[in-house]
Amino acid sequence: MIKKIFFQSIFFNFFFLKEVFAAESGGMPQLNPEFWISQIFWLTLTFGILYIVLSKLILPKISSNLELRKSQIQDNIQAAEKQRKDSESKLKEYDDIIFKSKLEAKNIFKDSREKVIKDINNKKETLENQINEEIKKAEKEIEVVKKSAPEKINKIAIETSSELVKKLIGAEINNSSISAIVDDLSKKNGDKYYGN
Amino acid sequence: MAANPMTQFEVYRIGPEIKIGTFDISFTNASLFMVISSLAILIIFNLGSKKNSILPNKIQLLAELSYSFVSKMISDTAGSKAKPYFSFIFSLFMFVLFCNMFGMIPYTFTVTSHIIVTFVLASFIFIGVTVIGFIKHGFGYLKLFVPSGVPVILLPLIVVIEIISYLSRPISLSVRLFANMMAGHTMMKVFGGFVISLGIVGGWLPLSFSVALTGLEILVAFLQAYVFAILTCIYLNDALNLHH
Repeated sequence: MIKKIFFQSIFFNFFFLKEVFAAESGGMPQLNPEFWISQIFWLTLTFGILYIVLSKLILPKISSNLELRKSQIQDNIQAAEKQRKDSESKLKEYDDIIFKSKLEAKNIFKDSREKVIKDINNKKETLENQINEEIKKAEKEIEVVKKSAPEKINKIAIETSSELVKKLIGAEINNSSISAIVDDLSKKNGDKYYGN
Repeated sequence: MAANPMTQFEVYRIGPEIKIGTFDISFTNASLFMVISSLAILIIFNLGSKKNSILPNKIQLLAELSYSFVSKMISDTAGSKAKPYFSFIFSLFMFVLFCNMFGMIPYTFTVTSHIIVTFVLASFIFIGVTVIGFIKHGFGYLKLFVPSGVPVILLPLIVVIEIISYLSRPISLSVRLFANMMAGHTMMKVFGGFVISLGIVGGWLPLSFSVALTGLEILVAFLQAYVFAILTCIYLNDALNLHH
């Protein structure tokens, strides 16, 4: 501010002393009106052309360049954002699929295990039933054999004893008497031999 | 005569004398530097806007940064209504800046160191702003001279002061630029003259001053262009958005 006032005062001093300076050494060339009209003319011309060319040709171009870049950057950011979202949803989908398939696999495993266990149990049951039947059959057969065994033994005993008696004493003994004795003995000791 | 620091401001004819009627519109060294400055601006900004790449090169960056700088300056001081005047203020700022900067090159001529040039620019701005103000607000624009919240007794005085300050705008605007340019260049010339007259022994001190002054003057050259443009914006703001 002080500087401004200082130089303004210098300027106005020059202004008032113009004639004095002009007489001496030309004074301030700025105050010589010889080329004022020329300067005004050329200033108007050059500044006018500058203004027209800048405002009509160059500045709109710079402005559109800036806008274009801005919108392009915005577009790129939007595209990047979209792709990010897409990839996120894809990742989610993938996670879902993985989760689902894991669940499915678990279910399949569980199901098949249950099935196998059921199968095994069924087979075991039928086998047990079969075995039981076989055992029962065998037991029945054994029973039959057991029941028929004393009679056969008795018969054999009777035959052997009659043969023995024949060889020993040479006499024929009535089979019926022998069988009576054998029966009697087997009844007495049968429990001891056969466990029935 | 060469030692006279004012000779650098002399205007002389280049080429033949051109006359329209009684007016002498010969091509002078002042005209030459106006043409050079305008051409430099046009070339730089044309190169800077030629192709649009996402990653701008240096000259494109320069053009775009200048564009955003002036755009921001206008929107900060005069608001969004000043958008239509962007091209004018941009041209004005660039013209003054380039004229100032070309003046910093030794043996060149500083266009803006002439009162007539700055005064024509300032009066054009003054008349333009006044016309815009009257178009936008009609006679309501005169309310600019009546600030609100002033006691009634003081009002006559304030109105007179406001009118004087309004009318002195073109003078203050033009003299500020012209005086800064002239004073700086004169001072540099004076110190340069001292370097010669003091010779090899004592010339180092004024030489170092001269170097420092060159830096200062480059700063002033930019600052005065900026001040010129921003004051235009402020005047435009008064005309567009009547605050009083």
